[in-house]
Amino acid sequence: MRTRREIRARKALRDRIAYHGIGIGTAFFFLAPFVIGLLASFRPSSESGLPPLPPWPVSGISFDAYRILDGFGSGVLQHTMNSLVVSLGTVVLTVAVSVLAGYGFSRYRFPFKNALFVLIIATLMIPFQSILTPLFIILARLGLNNSLFGLMLVYVTLQLPFSVFMMRNAFDAVPKEIEEAARIDGVRDLKLLVRVLLPLVMPGVATVSIFAFLNAWNEFLAALVLLSSNENYTLPVLMMAVRAGRLGAINWGAVQAGVAVMVVPCLIVFLLLQRYYMRGLMAGAVK
Amino acid sequence: MMMSGIASPSPRRRKRKRSGWRGVLYIAPAMALVTVFFVLPVLFTVWMSLHKWPLLGKPAWIGLGNYVRMVSDARFMTALGFTAYYTIIVTIAIFAVAFPLAIFVEKQRPLVSAYRTIIFLPVVVGLASASLLWVWLANVDSGLIAPLMQRLGLTNGRINLLADFDTAFLTIIVMVVWKIAGFTMIILLTGLQAIPAELTEAARIDGARRWQRFRYLTLPLMRRTMALALILSVTGSILAFDQFYIMTSGGPQNRMISVVYYIFNQSFVSFNLGYGAALSIALLAILVAISIFQLWLLKVGDERP
Repeated sequence: MRTRREIRARKALRDRIAYHGIGIGTAFFFLAPFVIGLLASFRPSSESGLPPLPPWPVSGISFDAYRILDGFGSGVLQHTMNSLVVSLGTVVLTVAVSVLAGYGFSRYRFPFKNALFVLIIATLMIPFQSILTPLFIILARLGLNNSLFGLMLVYVTLQLPFSVFMMRNAFDAVPKEIEEAARIDGVRDLKLLVRVLLPLVMPGVATVSIFAFLNAWNEFLAALVLLSSNENYTLPVLMMAVRAGRLGAINWGAVQAGVAVMVVPCLIVFLLLQRYYMRGLMAGAVK
Repeated sequence: MMMSGIASPSPRRRKRKRSGWRGVLYIAPAMALVTVFFVLPVLFTVWMSLHKWPLLGKPAWIGLGNYVRMVSDARFMTALGFTAYYTIIVTIAIFAVAFPLAIFVEKQRPLVSAYRTIIFLPVVVGLASASLLWVWLANVDSGLIAPLMQRLGLTNGRINLLADFDTAFLTIIVMVVWKIAGFTMIILLTGLQAIPAELTEAARIDGARRWQRFRYLTLPLMRRTMALALILSVTGSILAFDQFYIMTSGGPQNRMISVVYYIFNQSFVSFNLGYGAALSIALLAILVAISIFQLWLLKVGDERP
């Protein structure tokens, strides 16, 4: 009896060691590039050209890499602001437009309702990469070429299929009785939507926001094509100048610093709002 | 309670009041955006593809000229071939990593949610950021991989990973797997967790071994989820651009030009906007065909549970 228990205990221990061994190894592979890049970005200029062995700064922490990054384009602050303006603007507009549309699709009946809903969802089938050329021309005709606002409108449109779908489902889950009660109290239309219903669909709004933010912050190709003047570049487009280097020499410290500036906000947003992110992912996957 | 009691007897009035055009006002902003920035551009792409359309100057109607040119464009065919090759290899690689990971993180065990989160982290950063990070790691002089391999004695001297097609391709595959595997893992995980525990338990009691349970129980029940993960991976890979543009600039001997990269070059480097539009229509047709195939695949999954 005792030996059997001992054998079982030993097996459990071995399983646990194997499990955590694999777990730690895997976690290392997925985490290491971030950690090495971040550590390396604090090395002084004299070290930034050397291989990151070890990755941490040997002769004291330095912000040289960030200072050099700041020398590109109109300064890293300006480009971070551009990225922030576009991303936060995309979040606000996406939430506003998709809450309205989600409410409309959930609560009202009107001609061609289903066809219009399918049209919005069907845009998912068509990659925006294939309509970049006409987008470029249409934005130019609207006087929105090389404008952060124009880019924002494109990003909002790209977010709509997912966001409208999410918000319609969120409103579908709100019991109709709550609205009826509010109506009887004399709260109507937009006021009803904002005061009574919006607090109830907040989880949906959070999910829509986090996806809008991350996608707008990270998007590269459309920004590369639609923004033409230096001072308007978002961070990923600015990084192309850093990547190209000056006079054939690439300053890898500046590349690491730029990656840190682009990556850290994403990781923070994700870690803080993970629950809402996963909810959105599951909703998308189940659909 | 009382409120709902009063409200519920009048559903007919509610319906009448809320039908009609008021709902259209609510969806109007969304419809306006989709029309201006999606429907119009798609129609416009078709129109442009029938023209010789320079950046400056007047577009000239050339009918199907662009399409004729496309069929005999060897570089476009090369781009198509490369994109197909990349899509197949990267999809296999992602599945080969993501499936074991999904099984690994399936059971509720200590630290499992921490492992899940860490594996998922690269998914939330941009592909452009990931490419920049890895192009540095793969750099021969200042990066990590080549000097580390040299120091460990795995290679004689430092090899320049990005200078040769095969090693550059392998580097990009590893980068993309690092970036995407967490996403596929979560999708597969939802499928794994949807399998009732009683089923696996019953199979175990009936004497099915671990591999048999996986082969005859898990895999068939995962059909729908796998189809979804497969389609997401395939469509995403066909549209690949950032990694080739940033990491190899089209790669050794221009052998890493993907379809989107080629369209980008034609439209925004050479400014053959009309020809770029025709190429876009071809890409669009391929992707719509894949979407239709996807719906069929999911349906097949439904019929055979």
